[in-house]
Amino acid sequence: MKLTLKPLAIALAAATLAVSAQAQEKVKIGFITDMSSLYADVEGKWGASAIQMAIDDFGGKVLGQPIELLTADHQNKPDIAASKGREWIDTQGVTLLFGGTNSGTALASAKVAAEKKRVYINNGAGSSALTNEQCTPYTVHYAYDTVALAKGTGSAVVDSGGKSWFFLTADYAFGHALETDTATVVKAHGGQVLGTVRHPLNASDFSSFLLQAQSSKAQILGLANAGGDTINSIKAAKEFGITKSMKLAGLLVFISDIHSLGLKDTEGLLLTTSWYWDLNDDTRKFANRFFEKNKRMPTSVQAADYSATMTYLKAVQAVKTADADKVMAQMKSTKIDDFYASGMIRPDGRFVHDMYLMQVKSPAESKKPWDYYKMVAKLPGDKVFTAKADSKCALWK
Amino acid sequence: MEIFGRPLSAMLSQLLLGLVNGSFYAILSLGLAVIFGLLNVINFAHGALFMLGAVLAWMGLEYLGVNYWVMLFAAPLIVALLGIVIERLFLKRIYKLDHLYGLLLTLGLTLVIEGVLRSFYGVSGLPYSAPEALSGATDLGFMVLPNYRAWVVLASLVVCVGTWYVIERTKLGAYLRAGTENPRLVEAFGVNVPLMVTLTYGFGVALAAFAGVLAAPVIQISPLMGQNLIIVVFAVVVIGGMGSILGSILTGLGLGIIEGFTKVFYPEASSTVVFVIMAIVLLFRPAGLFGKEK
Repeated sequence: MKLTLKPLAIALAAATLAVSAQAQEKVKIGFITDMSSLYADVEGKWGASAIQMAIDDFGGKVLGQPIELLTADHQNKPDIAASKGREWIDTQGVTLLFGGTNSGTALASAKVAAEKKRVYINNGAGSSALTNEQCTPYTVHYAYDTVALAKGTGSAVVDSGGKSWFFLTADYAFGHALETDTATVVKAHGGQVLGTVRHPLNASDFSSFLLQAQSSKAQILGLANAGGDTINSIKAAKEFGITKSMKLAGLLVFISDIHSLGLKDTEGLLLTTSWYWDLNDDTRKFANRFFEKNKRMPTSVQAADYSATMTYLKAVQAVKTADADKVMAQMKSTKIDDFYASGMIRPDGRFVHDMYLMQVKSPAESKKPWDYYKMVAKLPGDKVFTAKADSKCALWK
Repeated sequence: MEIFGRPLSAMLSQLLLGLVNGSFYAILSLGLAVIFGLLNVINFAHGALFMLGAVLAWMGLEYLGVNYWVMLFAAPLIVALLGIVIERLFLKRIYKLDHLYGLLLTLGLTLVIEGVLRSFYGVSGLPYSAPEALSGATDLGFMVLPNYRAWVVLASLVVCVGTWYVIERTKLGAYLRAGTENPRLVEAFGVNVPLMVTLTYGFGVALAAFAGVLAAPVIQISPLMGQNLIIVVFAVVVIGGMGSILGSILTGLGLGIIEGFTKVFYPEASSTVVFVIMAIVLLFRPAGLFGKEK
């Protein structure tokens, strides 16, 4: 028995060494997001496409080795996201865990990355807890968060007279965070919250919830949901005439949602976004390249996927290692300035950049395909993200 | 006037909305019951074919300019033809095997159909408006009911009652029921049972497509629209009793209403209440409410 075990032990030790040696040398990006369900158009396989574009533009190699991209579908299940992340880090030597849409999965993945000491970047998920109560030294929350959405859309709507609110909330981490953050902003601006109803994720019929909202007599219906849920809420609100007595405030709306619903049903909707393809020449240049490849305009999250990948690869190149601590230190000390955004990653992991308050155009105002938004205001990054006084993150004290 | 602290008008409107959703459950579970009754196949592809009905309605309008009313009949016909192909090519080979094989086969078909459409159209969905004649809404006093939703209830009741009548009260239905009990004996009387089985499957999936076209203006048409619904519908079939025609119709409507009320009292549980009821029913009546113990 002893004889047979010995070579096995040696082989195992060699294999472990090989994996850890490889982990230091080769940069592997493990991208896990919703590839098939209600958020798949917000990021999904087109997010992977954006990351691949960044890798290709970078030259395909870093530290003298080809950069590898792994992708997986977490099916909106935190347990799948966590176990896949663990598997990738343990057996594939993934150096960057790239998390996608769905806050439940993002919070689970961030924990795994912190435990294994790997860089964790997230664009698609909204929960502000990622860089607040549950912040870790390895998390970078790159694109947007629920606090920014709340301060953007929430304050704009209250200030323009929408004082009483009712929330239609997706019943999980993200929806709760968005509702709480927006309610705080609404109250701070002198508004009030008359009620809330929480619907299961990926619900198909919203009419019942909408009638409850209507009977509250609130002026504003805050949609604290996303993707397919937002689309079906807006569609049903129109059908049941809710929009005659209440104004909708989409707290997280993506261009893919507007594209699906059409301008007729969404005209006038206020929303906050981290990026829009038609802002300036740089954004249009990226958008058109993306469109060539994918036959659709990028969402803000997909644009952020490209930018975040570039930021990470530049940091790896600068410190000449994929070691997570060194890469994180480099990323947090370097100014980011590209077609997506310009700003710094704060000690709590939050990438602070400007956000945009947009309004959906009317069909008459829209002059070309995907011409959906007009800018209402540019929201300065230091105003819209969590202020230091409100932060519960131990890393930022 | 209030019931359990909620105004009566709110309860009435939830009842009505529950009935609308229940109508979808009823048509879909009816199709499943018909198929299970004669083919003994648990048709997991039902949700995908429901979705296909809706997508066909959209395609008809988008590519060919064919309106809702035409597609309401054309889409079920196309899906029925597809169903006949599926039955001839695949299902007929597995009748002698365990239920599990039928379930796996139809689940596989679901994944293929949904996957193909997802790669073409994404998941956000395709917009489809209610037909002109049904577009407005009627103020009932306690709520504003879109005319289209009222039409959904009416259309599905007509289809359900019609199907029930054909199966339970006509000669053709008698053949079908006899075929369910003892196919070999019925064949000995000169009835072409394999043909009957094929057509039944076609009819069952046509019901799914019909529901799909009905749903097109209500739910955003997306490759995912069948997924959530079909799980609930299976629970409905189990509660009503596998293969029971009347049972599946009544249970579908009833559960739609119960789900509607849950959305008022404890909305968080609205997606699970059906399964809780299923567990309770199975505890006391393992064959379902309307099923016969074998």
